[in-house]
Amino acid sequence: MLDRIALTLSVNGEPREIRVAPMTTLLEALRTELALTGAKRGCNQGVCGACTVLLDGRPVRGCLTLAVAVGEREVTTVEGLAPPGQLGRVQEALEQVGAVQCGFCTPGIVLALEGLLRETPHPDEDALREALSGNLCRCSGYVKILEGARRAVEAAS
Amino acid sequence: MNAFVDPLGASPARLEARDKLSGSARYLDDLSRPGMLHAAIAQSPHAHARILSCDVSQAAALPGVIAIVTGADIPARRVGGMVKDETMLAVGKVRYMGEPVAAVAARDAETARLAAQLIAVEYEVLPHVLDPEAALAPGAPILHEDQAQYVRTMEGGGSGNLVWQAVLAEGDAEAAFAACDVVVEGIYETPAQYHGYMEPNGVLAEPEANGRVLVIASCQSVHHVQQRVADELGIPMSQVRAQVPKVGGGFGGKHASNIHSICAWLARATGRPVKLALSRTLDMEIQRSRHPARIRLRTGAKRDGTIVARHAEILLDGGAYADESPNVMTFAMLMVRGPYRIPHVRIEGRVAYTNKLRAGSFRGFGNPQASFAGESQIDELAAKLGMDPVELRLKNAVQQGDRWIGGHTLTTCRLSDCLAAVRDAQAAAPKLPAPRHGRRRGIGFASLTHISGLMGTAASVHMRADGTIALNTGCVDIGQGSDTVMTQICASLLQVPIGQVAYAAQDSDLSPYNWKTAGSRSTYMTGRAVVGATEQVREKILDHAAEMMECAKADLELRPGGRVGIAGVPGREVGFREVAMRSLFKSGGPIMGFHGLVYDGERFDPKRALMQRLAFDNLGVYTFGAQCVEAELDEVTGKVEVLRMFSAHDVGRAINPVSCEGQIQGGIVQGLGYALTEELVWDDDGRLANPSFADYKLPGIKDVPRQIVPILFEEPEPTHPVGAKGVGEISMVGTAPAIANAVAQAGGPRLRRIPMTPERVLDALEP
Ligand code: FES
Ligand code: FES
Repeated sequence: MLDRIALTLSVNGEPREIRVAPMTTLLEALRTELALTGAKRGCNQGVCGACTVLLDGRPVRGCLTLAVAVGEREVTTVEGLAPPGQLGRVQEALEQVGAVQCGFCTPGIVLALEGLLRETPHPDEDALREALSGNLCRCSGYVKILEGARRAVEAAS
Repeated sequence: MNAFVDPLGASPARLEARDKLSGSARYLDDLSRPGMLHAAIAQSPHAHARILSCDVSQAAALPGVIAIVTGADIPARRVGGMVKDETMLAVGKVRYMGEPVAAVAARDAETARLAAQLIAVEYEVLPHVLDPEAALAPGAPILHEDQAQYVRTMEGGGSGNLVWQAVLAEGDAEAAFAACDVVVEGIYETPAQYHGYMEPNGVLAEPEANGRVLVIASCQSVHHVQQRVADELGIPMSQVRAQVPKVGGGFGGKHASNIHSICAWLARATGRPVKLALSRTLDMEIQRSRHPARIRLRTGAKRDGTIVARHAEILLDGGAYADESPNVMTFAMLMVRGPYRIPHVRIEGRVAYTNKLRAGSFRGFGNPQASFAGESQIDELAAKLGMDPVELRLKNAVQQGDRWIGGHTLTTCRLSDCLAAVRDAQAAAPKLPAPRHGRRRGIGFASLTHISGLMGTAASVHMRADGTIALNTGCVDIGQGSDTVMTQICASLLQVPIGQVAYAAQDSDLSPYNWKTAGSRSTYMTGRAVVGATEQVREKILDHAAEMMECAKADLELRPGGRVGIAGVPGREVGFREVAMRSLFKSGGPIMGFHGLVYDGERFDPKRALMQRLAFDNLGVYTFGAQCVEAELDEVTGKVEVLRMFSAHDVGRAINPVSCEGQIQGGIVQGLGYALTEELVWDDDGRLANPSFADYKLPGIKDVPRQIVPILFEEPEPTHPVGAKGVGEISMVGTAPAIANAVAQAGGPRLRRIPMTPERVLDALEP
């Protein structure tokens, strides 16, 4: 086994010290070292988007990002979007329209949309589809997810 | 206090939505235990081989390895649905590439995987067979030499590579064909589809007090998991406890699985918790797929469009183990006539073993295959007759009160309304912009049929000391929303807000029996149990209240918010809390209700139809629907794109309309993947060539039409106390034929094989 490396990640606004193997992904570090299990492992190959988290506000795939490569950047996971018991704007909108079925894709979808809205507050339909094009959902057929996304945009304006 | 809103029909937000949205919902791989070990699987590198020896010494010597189990260590008890042919690890032989031959428990997942690779198995490679037709031909390599000795719950097949064979007939098809004016015939082929639940399968097993083992599984029924684990381990069910965390999708793929027993075995052997969370690739290699099908179909009609005869030969590829094959085949046979009044029908079904991953249950359960053939051919018939395909369907559509093939009565049937509704909705919708140059546009239709019902289930309802309610059922919510629906039913009958009903997670020690989340049966079957149990509680509440208020029970009424009053007399009331306290401390004992039932509707009528070796003889109530698709075919690239869809469903009473819509939209898109992109492919050696989401293409958001319009017909189902039927599967079954029909209507080729990939479309376009 290769030696573990000590590093400090800034996660949801807090500095967190962890020791990880050089090849440990951010997804693994969050889930096993920090017990933040909101980001999911759907494929571990960069295809499904269930592992999406924000790095300095931009959506990235946790399964394709090495923990050691995160550096100073701020990591936001789904757990960090709102205080306990509350929901952020995207979460709220998805709940209202009934876009959550099995929920396994949900944290990734929430963060993909959150990332989009931070950069583009008034995205059009194509931009919404584009932002979600890397997130697979097997349950919903995406219809209500898009409905929720539109509602989140409206709520923000 | 806000005015009370009856939760029935009101689409409250899912109970667990906030947990799922905030990341606090726990799925299997989110669970961990102190001292927990991780398991890994050693897999067969051959599609068919004899196991000569298995040397685990190198693996066992790896630091961190705690236990290893191989096929030689297990009791070798064969399990399965109707044919008991499968062991949790291969014993003596491997029958598909990737089949588990051994498993390791180690301190961490990486060590377990390394150790699994160090297990040295010596094989004698045997010839293999991948095609079901070839598997049934004389001289084919035989997968299960001992098949004749296997335990089966009824006769049907059992020799060579034939898993099951059955015949279903009404009238005299051969004679009728001779008198038909028009006959169409074709062979329709459908692929192995992967369930593609976003959460790969997983299990955590741990030793419990008194020598029991707790199996926490991402599954569709704790009772089914409990039963299979006990069966495979050779211990009584009382020694096995099964629980389920949140489940990230199932679609029929998460019934009891070999991995549950493997982990339970390792937990018992090590005395420690053991987790096995499958990688996506492993999940695709060792779990289940939809049955590939080859259906030869012939339909005959009079010149006026009256359909007279249909003949189907269905051949399913079951893979290496029977699993649900006899049942899937039976259901495909029952669906292939279609929802039409066809007096003369003959259907022959066979399933063959092949050296591939087992095929099993998957949303639609044989019906998507049957419907692709049947509904494609209706359009071919319409073309040959020069008739409008919707008119042809309407002319022959079954109606309420008609009999299904085999004799079941259709208690409700809005098929004709659904067909007309999608046609009219499409006609009334704003016209889409004209197709770009080089693209042809077409409109395609399909009729949909499914059932909801099957087997046993139960519910219990308890009143707590403060008058709130605890509801227990064995029905697992795999994402479809049954937790919320059951709670809505219970809350509605007691007229309390859903927040006053606590719905318990399933635990085989505590939950009343439920067969499975399958067969579109949760709302229809478990929903009935919830009604029965809740009504008992309501009666007991009224009994107490009558004594407390010293009046006749008949004079009492429930009032919204958990109160009982005298009808017509405002003011005088007792609350559920007082009733509960009285029952607990003074009189009567704790208030609870329990109701269990088994689907006991009509059996098939042997006088009406010839039925040989069908795997079951009652089903459930029938549900109907219709699909309309607007699609475009790109003549240069061969790509088929769906622009807009309309989908009408006869759902009975919709308890949660938003969830119904979600089921319909999700099912349609799963059908879209089935139609256009999804196919598990094996190479000539029997290796699964595309076990990853990179190579197996699920529909993404850009593949989905911009408009999917669900239309609900709410005709209350008389056999359900609140009028509901199931809607979980039916939306899946018609998408592929509707798209194929749209392509043909556009002047494109008639595609009888799915998925309709660009290559296949271009091939078919070649002059
Ligand atoms: S788990 Fe990272 S993309 Fe699927
Ligand atoms: S809700 Fe199940 S995968 Fe999206």
